[in-house]
Amino acid sequence: MSVLAATDQPTLEDFGTDVWWIVVIKVVGVFGVLVVMTLFAIVFERKVVARMQQRSGPNRVGPRGYLQSLADGLKLAFKEDVMPAMADKPVYFIAPVVATIPAFLAFSVIPLGPEVSIFGQQTPLQLIDAPIGVLIVLACSAMGVYGIVLGGWASGSTYPLLGGLRSAAQMVSYEIAMGLSIVAVFLYAGTMSTSEIVAAQAGGNELDFFGLTFQGPSWYAVLLPVSFVIYVIAVVGETNRAPFDLPEAESELVGGFHTEYSSLKFALFFLAEYVNMVTVSALAATLFLGGWRAPWPISVWDGANTGWWPLLWFAGKVVAALFVFIWLRGTLPRLRYDQFMRFGWKVLVPTALVWILAVATMRTVSREYDLSSGEVALYVGVPIAAVVLGVLLVASRRANRDTRIAALNAAAGSINPTEPEVLPPVRTAGARRRPAQRSGPARAEGGFPIPPMDLVVPPSPRLGDGEPVAAGSVVSTGRRSRPTPATEEPDA
Amino acid sequence: MTDVLAAVEIGTGEAVTFWVLGPIALAGALGMVFARNAVHSALFLVNTMLALGVFYVVQEAPFLGAVQIIVYTGAIMILFLFVLMLVGRDSSDSVVETLRGQRVAATVLGVGFAGLVGAGIARATQDLPVAGLEAVQGGAGGAADGNIEAIARLLFTRYLPAFEVTSALLITAAVGAMVLAHIEREPGSRQTQKELSRARFLTSEHPQTLPGPGIYARANSIAAPGRLPDGSPSEASFATGVEPQVVDELPPGGHSGGGWGPGAGRGDGPDGALGTTRGTGGELR
Repeated sequence: MSVLAATDQPTLEDFGTDVWWIVVIKVVGVFGVLVVMTLFAIVFERKVVARMQQRSGPNRVGPRGYLQSLADGLKLAFKEDVMPAMADKPVYFIAPVVATIPAFLAFSVIPLGPEVSIFGQQTPLQLIDAPIGVLIVLACSAMGVYGIVLGGWASGSTYPLLGGLRSAAQMVSYEIAMGLSIVAVFLYAGTMSTSEIVAAQAGGNELDFFGLTFQGPSWYAVLLPVSFVIYVIAVVGETNRAPFDLPEAESELVGGFHTEYSSLKFALFFLAEYVNMVTVSALAATLFLGGWRAPWPISVWDGANTGWWPLLWFAGKVVAALFVFIWLRGTLPRLRYDQFMRFGWKVLVPTALVWILAVATMRTVSREYDLSSGEVALYVGVPIAAVVLGVLLVASRRANRDTRIAALNAAAGSINPTEPEVLPPVRTAGARRRPAQRSGPARAEGGFPIPPMDLVVPPSPRLGDGEPVAAGSVVSTGRRSRPTPATEEPDA
Repeated sequence: MTDVLAAVEIGTGEAVTFWVLGPIALAGALGMVFARNAVHSALFLVNTMLALGVFYVVQEAPFLGAVQIIVYTGAIMILFLFVLMLVGRDSSDSVVETLRGQRVAATVLGVGFAGLVGAGIARATQDLPVAGLEAVQGGAGGAADGNIEAIARLLFTRYLPAFEVTSALLITAAVGAMVLAHIEREPGSRQTQKELSRARFLTSEHPQTLPGPGIYARANSIAAPGRLPDGSPSEASFATGVEPQVVDELPPGGHSGGGWGPGAGRGDGPDGALGTTRGTGGELR
């Protein structure tokens, strides 16, 4: 650590000594940052997802649509506040508040920058820090669960209750994985205070690679990759974001826990979700991505880690993490609930435990033999990672063998490549069955539903000349083989 | 001893926190006992636990406070709530006394017990010198310089056997609960999700979901069936137990078919309304 960095780097003693008006400025600042980040994140998300889906996204309010979420927020505030007749009134009222307050509270321990001067007062760019800094974030996320669970329960309605139950189970299980993933960071940094974890990632990771000495990366995302991956997956579950958004799965539960909520109460839930997203992104930046310290090419410049500049690097890291959230949402389909819980308990938690064991062992070994963490990572971590990845690759190829062959066969034109034998029909009880569809083609012989072979597309009325589009011709089904024409007349 | 006594001084902030949170914690405890609804009871308990967590933090045991909030409030009470929510929202406690005089007896015994415990603790700690956490932990710059380090040191040296035995006990309890709740099934006697889905696709008449009712622009009821591309109602979308309803045709143009049937809705219905009638109708069929 250079002398320059050491002078700017706040320690735990620097906290709790601020003048009262500095504290007020910081509190208002944190609140403002979170609200602005929420407004930004909503527009950002809608724009990015629209881009991924080849739409234009919001483009009406303000310049290029960037004020859309501001307009939506104002609209929400003026909507009618509906209190469901079956609701448990006090709890229904408290739930959104309980969801929102811990979300804001958690951000208070996030370091936004080094010591700066505000109106002549030297103060760290962080509201407060404590020896248990990161645990405060965990405690706040634990409290945030209550908002969602109680909101689901107090609505007095079925879908919200189901959403609330799901979120209770989900957030408790993923919180365990999240907490375990952070333990390795504690072991490496030797502290739980956020500002000191940032200081611990400040470099000084000398690597001696066969005579060549160079500065290795000191971010914990590089040194502790397994922790980082588990953390990222767990916080997606923890914040109820797609593909883990089961508490509010709109195709299963209408709106989930907030189905009955409207107006400002709904806005509070919405706010809490996005504030949580910003908080876990900021925590990811703090714990794994070097906090407010400048990333490599910029850090060559001496002034990069002084003054107000680090706020910019930090914001960049947070926005990058938010982009990953949005990217996941735009890419992955929602998991089934049992798959999701199995993944959490049978994959994430055991992996995290084994990883903690490995990290603790390597810490002891490196202390005994006086190795630097970079050397340990290079000589032990990289070979082991290569072996593990190789084994996983082979195992997944073997596990997917049937599917892969079936896909190859299907691409070559086979309709039913893997199952010559037909399994017994599964029938639900007859009472609920609706009459079979009479019109339209019956299921084709292949098994999997395919579009009707004789589908005729009616001409668009907007086409001036009324040229019937492909009238009478067969619409392609997208299969590579030539489709067999349907043999039966659709209409009986 | 007098040095230590002088060193332990309750600051203004701590006193204010105590007098604000003390009544709140007490109110939570009383509310937990007196609330009729089980979920409300649980919430009052959460309130008390949170207040306790803050007390720990104020008394310079931040780690204990955080653990109190994360473990007790965040995990254990959520699991309580999870079970209580399944009980149902309207199941409030019955106010009927099954044993006569039960409530009076419980009140007397409860107050008496609280009095005994309180008096016992008060007597035991009456003239005890207050050492303060700092002194107990070895003081600043001593063996341990902080609450977390002090706890870790004690937990993994002096209290290691107790710690290990406790964890063994907890694991035994968890495994025992799993064994009791687990239902052993013959391997292969239960179809997996993959097999079920494959069977449904290979054998069922209609593997996908049935089409929804015609709640589009012109009807607002599940009795209105969904329509096929040619305008005829889809029988698969008929709601069970409801007579399918005839929905108003689209404006002008008039409907040629009259009533439902394969031909209904064709002619110049929707296209007529849009103003272009060329290229529809007869050419299609």
